[in-house]
Amino acid sequence: MWKFLIRRVLQIVLTLYLFATIVFFIVYLQPGDISQVYINNPKLPPEAREALKRQLGLDQPPHIQYLNFMRNLVTGNLGISFSEYPRPVWDIIKERLPRTVALFLIATLIYYALGFHLGKLIAWRRKGLLDYSATIVGVVLFTVYTPWFAYLIIWIFGYKLGWFPLGKFLDPVLWRRYDVPANEVFGLMLTVGGAAILFLLAVYVLGRKLHLPPLPRALMNFGALGLAGGSVAYLLWGPEFQPYGLLARDILWHMVLPVTTVTLIAFGGAMLLMRDSMLEVIKEDYVLAAKAKGLPDKVVRDKHAARNALLPMITSFVLALAFVVDGGIITETVFSWKGMGLTLLDAVTNEDLPLAVGTFVFTGIFALIAHLIADIAYAYLDPRIRYE
Amino acid sequence: MAVPAPPLKKPPKGRHLEAPWRARLRLLRRGLAGSWGMFWESRIGPLGLFIIAFYGLLALAHPILMATVWADERDVYDPKHGYDPQIIYGGFDGRLQSTVAPGSDDYYVDANGDGRPDYIYAGWDGVLQSKAVGDDKYRGGPAPPSLRHWLGTDPWGRDVFSQLAFSARAEFFLGVMAALITVVIGTLVAAISAYYGGFVDTFFMRLADVVLLFPVIAFLIVLGSMFQLNLYSLAVVLGVINGFGGITIVLKSQALSIKVRPFVEAAKVAGGSHMHIIVRHIIPNLLPLSFLYMMFNVTSAIFSEAVLSFFGILNIDMSWGIMVQMANIAGYLQGGAITKAWWIFFPASISITLLCAAFYFVGRGLDEIVNPRLRKV
Repeated sequence: MWKFLIRRVLQIVLTLYLFATIVFFIVYLQPGDISQVYINNPKLPPEAREALKRQLGLDQPPHIQYLNFMRNLVTGNLGISFSEYPRPVWDIIKERLPRTVALFLIATLIYYALGFHLGKLIAWRRKGLLDYSATIVGVVLFTVYTPWFAYLIIWIFGYKLGWFPLGKFLDPVLWRRYDVPANEVFGLMLTVGGAAILFLLAVYVLGRKLHLPPLPRALMNFGALGLAGGSVAYLLWGPEFQPYGLLARDILWHMVLPVTTVTLIAFGGAMLLMRDSMLEVIKEDYVLAAKAKGLPDKVVRDKHAARNALLPMITSFVLALAFVVDGGIITETVFSWKGMGLTLLDAVTNEDLPLAVGTFVFTGIFALIAHLIADIAYAYLDPRIRYE
Repeated sequence: MAVPAPPLKKPPKGRHLEAPWRARLRLLRRGLAGSWGMFWESRIGPLGLFIIAFYGLLALAHPILMATVWADERDVYDPKHGYDPQIIYGGFDGRLQSTVAPGSDDYYVDANGDGRPDYIYAGWDGVLQSKAVGDDKYRGGPAPPSLRHWLGTDPWGRDVFSQLAFSARAEFFLGVMAALITVVIGTLVAAISAYYGGFVDTFFMRLADVVLLFPVIAFLIVLGSMFQLNLYSLAVVLGVINGFGGITIVLKSQALSIKVRPFVEAAKVAGGSHMHIIVRHIIPNLLPLSFLYMMFNVTSAIFSEAVLSFFGILNIDMSWGIMVQMANIAGYLQGGAITKAWWIFFPASISITLLCAAFYFVGRGLDEIVNPRLRKV
């Protein structure tokens, strides 16, 4: 296990290095560097231009620039944004990250749960009507032209029916009354949600480890679910926690449409993956044996087949979590959800090089670390990999 | 004592021994027939083929229509620079003759000079909306579908159907070109790294890890802001990125299983060079799987183009993505405006969706043939 882990960590470090180098080559080593935009300003006297160039380190030979770039990355110095001068890039990322993570984490959890259950069902009844219809609907939604689809969703539910707010992640009129930064609320939401999930997971694992009979275990699980749900509801509505509960509810309210959109778009991929994985497992002898000893169909499907088909789903899930930071640039743009994706797009269109590079590099690093976590989870769940 | 060789079977009278190419053709035909049966059985594969054929015909139709039906009015139906004066001025002959009707803010236009108003400029709603008197059809701005313009016109008076058909060709070109590059690179890299192993293998697999985790759309946005990306360079960039990405991992594992097959050993024993074994034995056996992944890559290439065009990052003058982007810029995509001129972006959006889905369907259909694990027991 340790050998495997160390090898993977070394590989990830190598990969990170490769990633950073590629970014450097793309961004800094092209003819006519970015400083030209500012250096060619006729209002700047030549001395000021030289000073600027020296400040940006552009008078150095490429290999020194490369070393500088790497040193800055390692020390976490991502520079200062041009378009939001003088805010450091790291500051902006810290502000935008929780919004994106909150939105896409919830969406990813939902669409994987949906994909898991649907994939399980359609693989079990292969070539049935449900299989064909779910595959066709799933693929069409998976490849749907996202901007158009998102605008349609906004039009139907936000405009025509008026059920949900149109765009933005909060209601400015409401927020003006309270002097609370949005990020504080996002941070609280993420903490509470994470704690609730960890609690549920702990109860579930405990139940399995104790080898309780099915009924008490089910009672325990449902009790934990009720407890977690109740405390979250109390935090949201309880008078002691206002205005935080109210503001969190406002954010959740704004989150419904984007989460729905992402779920509809993405569940097809998870569903088809689960279907393929399940089809492979169904052929195994132990499934046949379980059927032969007369277990109910549902038990064979859910307990014998689906759990063993879960492995590829977990890898894919963690990799999807890696792209939580990348976000849907499209979703964020259409819903004007000012997160990482929209920040990157804005930085690029405003020619804000430090911010664009910073966001991009951060996304890549986050993705690689998630990849490492996926590997660890995989090794934990599948002993064949551990003892290779 | 040597076993005597069995006597050669004589070919039946009147028939020569089958020529090798003919035997190969026969085997190929039999193989294709079996594969086609499985493909047909998958149901979604043929559905995808049908949609692709439809858009293929649409792409072919454009030059034909330009040469025949629209030949007299090429300026009107040009997808990029077209302009229909009849739509904008409602059949007006060039002289703006407007009179203010008594008691009304509307401008009446006398088009044929007979002293009676023919068209009315009905107010200003962001776009000029004029309509014929006694006719509910709005003129100016995006014109709704009619016999003259099957899918209407966009706000600048260009024919939407012409744009749609014209862009279909570009989408096919981009998708197939990018996917071909991907598959060629992916197959070569997979065959080489599986065959040689060692450092080459490690390097390409780590590279694939990086590419796989690359936020591709974000990367292309960054790239598009630094370089001018047109259709050709986008196809090359997409093809190369995907070529070193996940496809190499899948193809490599397949190549590894081919490498240990007896015929590769036999070729080695017979003195085949590395190059010979890779090109003649490993790659041909990889091709079915490569072809399958090509379909998924066509989908992702078309989709990437549409998204990047939507953000206005590409240097392309007409495509389905550009059509939607222009509708968005003109404000027809947001809020209540979405129903006002649906014809300027619905056809393009649906086309992107359907064509992407079609290639995906074909890929899924091929999956049933190529991937024995998915075959029904």
